[in-house]
Amino acid sequence: MEFKINISLKSGVLDPEGKAIENALIRKGYQEVKNVKVGRLITLNIEGSDKSSAYERVSQMCEDMLANNVIENFEIVSSDSNQ
Amino acid sequence: MRVAVVTFPGSNCDRDVSVAVTKITGKKPLSIWHQDHEIPNCDLIIIPGGFSYGDYLRCGAVAANSPIMREVKNHASRGGAVLGICNGFQILLEAKLLNGALIRNSKLKFACKEVDLKVSTNINSPFLDKVNREDTIKLPIAHNEGNFFADEKTLERIEGEGLVALRYYNADSNSDYNPNGSINDIAGILSENGKILGMMPHPERYIEEELGGVDGYKFLKNSIENLS
Repeated sequence: MEFKINISLKSGVLDPEGKAIENALIRKGYQEVKNVKVGRLITLNIEGSDKSSAYERVSQMCEDMLANNVIENFEIVSSDSNQ
Repeated sequence: MRVAVVTFPGSNCDRDVSVAVTKITGKKPLSIWHQDHEIPNCDLIIIPGGFSYGDYLRCGAVAANSPIMREVKNHASRGGAVLGICNGFQILLEAKLLNGALIRNSKLKFACKEVDLKVSTNINSPFLDKVNREDTIKLPIAHNEGNFFADEKTLERIEGEGLVALRYYNADSNSDYNPNGSINDIAGILSENGKILGMMPHPERYIEEELGGVDGYKFLKNSIENLS
């Protein structure tokens, strides 16, 4: 099973990289752009067939290491479902 | 007095720390590799700066989950002293031995310069006891992710309990004195028991006048003497 994990900065955490990209886009004429945020996408495969336990494990991994709950939110998307 | 220095793949200040400790104690510190599963009894563990694991995932995140950090946590839970410098500070935060996080410098620039610092805490800590609070300390910094962040509640607690150890200090009306956008000018914080210190500046780089100053030497010497 493949999972995608979207990791993004929590609102209120300064994202200077997003801000720099936003400024560059505006300079290039995309004045309508707002709130550019830079995140991280991690994909991984889990062995086994029980989807809900796999999802649980991935969620644990996020809490444990993949995301830092002080500054980041995570969202797990299973690539073969609408979970 | 026994000091241990932990080396991760990508650590690059471990030798400088070792030289500084040797200069102070006359004895070479123990060198501990990240895959080791034990640390011999010691009075102080230093986690040096560098780019552990290439800063992959987040600075310090992979190192915080390496085998040796379990031992560092055991040492800390027994009330042992731990000093994390720069990347070492990032590792201590990722390992949840300290509260908060270090994010990208606000100006997106690697900050590499000398800074003025002021001791801020009023709790007892071997790292800061007997330091003259009126003096400012000059130490070098070199980092890309030194912008301290904590949510409002955590920050209130850190400030309320006097856990901010060091702050960037505006010594000569310089609007750029805070090099990374760190909240409340925080450059280093302590654990509740004062035994764990994480700091962005590098004391081990200022141990001789020829290197730019000796405030780092004084700082480390004071810490080591208080722990002896």
